[in-house]
Amino acid sequence: MTKQFLLDGQPVPFEDGQTVLEAARAAGHYIPSLCWHKDFPPHGSCKLCVVKAAGRHVSACATPAKEGWEVESNTPEINGERRGLLQMLLVEGNHFCPSCEKSGDCELQALGYEYEVLTPRFRHFFPDRPVDASHPDVLLDFNRCIFCELCVRASRDIDGKSVFALTGRGIDKHLVVNAESGRLADTDFAKTDRAANICPVGVILHKRVGFAVPIGERTFDLATISEKTLKEGSS
Amino acid sequence: MSTLPARKLRVATASLAGCFGCHMSFLDIDEHLFELVDIIEFDRSPLTDIKEVGPCDIGIIEGGVCNSENVHVLREFRRNCKTLIALGACAVNGGLPAQRNHIPLAECLREVYQFRPGVENGQIPNDPELPLPLDKVRPIHEVVRIDYFIPGCPPSGPAIWKFLTDLIAGRTPRLTGGLLHYD
Repeated sequence: MTKQFLLDGQPVPFEDGQTVLEAARAAGHYIPSLCWHKDFPPHGSCKLCVVKAAGRHVSACATPAKEGWEVESNTPEINGERRGLLQMLLVEGNHFCPSCEKSGDCELQALGYEYEVLTPRFRHFFPDRPVDASHPDVLLDFNRCIFCELCVRASRDIDGKSVFALTGRGIDKHLVVNAESGRLADTDFAKTDRAANICPVGVILHKRVGFAVPIGERTFDLATISEKTLKEGSS
Repeated sequence: MSTLPARKLRVATASLAGCFGCHMSFLDIDEHLFELVDIIEFDRSPLTDIKEVGPCDIGIIEGGVCNSENVHVLREFRRNCKTLIALGACAVNGGLPAQRNHIPLAECLREVYQFRPGVENGQIPNDPELPLPLDKVRPIHEVVRIDYFIPGCPPSGPAIWKFLTDLIAGRTPRLTGGLLHYD
């Protein structure tokens, strides 16, 4: 007999080693995430996948499922916390959707819509983060970085180039390019790299194709992020 | 059983550091304007040309706060309006005008009034009648308490209509089914 836990009262089967998030999505239940990606080990930094398991808050992406657990995810309490996390991400960077090429394809924006985030709630930081347009094919707009490290991990673990890194601590943490000059043009980064095609927000942008797909016909214009995620999970 | 109030709801609107795009979008509710004028009347607004805001039920603010006059108008609205709404991206998070926030204000002014190509003997305007610019453009909730936020650049006519009708009918306003947009 397969093992199972309860997610918001619904039985979810799992195999040993599967995380709460993997098992939930495989069973057709949506748990949100930004820094998690199926091709990489869990990172646990965005905390959007937070759930309450056996009364404790845990990251669903990094927590192995356990037999008989009662897990709360889609509840007013947990969704309220997720909304707060999204609001903190939105004020920490410079997220101006009207002027962003990624608008409509951005996972942070799509999660804002999913959880009905209407207000910034907190004071804006307005950090100073200059863009790097040095590379012939790719623009880096650090204003929108959420420190998910997907580009860092993809460049290091798949492309074998280690083009990106996070540096600084706490509120001073920021994304940097591993080159003496700090410029992307002075690395062997290519637009076909996995790292060039993994950013969930609008930091790593391919030049000259920004509006090839018009606003209104983009990924999250056609489906909400929960619909899209569950559809991909079942195919 | 309570009856509907006989008097119309009084509504004031203003554009601070905005482009009036949100006001244009408000007009995009098209024929709903006829339904709206049956239940509301306008106080201070670009539509009436009343200069000072009086006691109102609903205040709608477009644009962020970029100078001392914006702060004054916003505080007057808060003082007079029972419900104050931030309308559009600039009011919600500073929007386009806030793109100057990482440039020191003096540098900004010098670039425009002294060093811009074609400007000769330019100087930074210093008339006492001009409101002083703030060092940073701020979303309006950082200056006064705001009751509701409608994001979008601009929010669509249908989004504004849905929000206002929810509010006027006493429902919690919600933007769902594709009405919520940040761009």
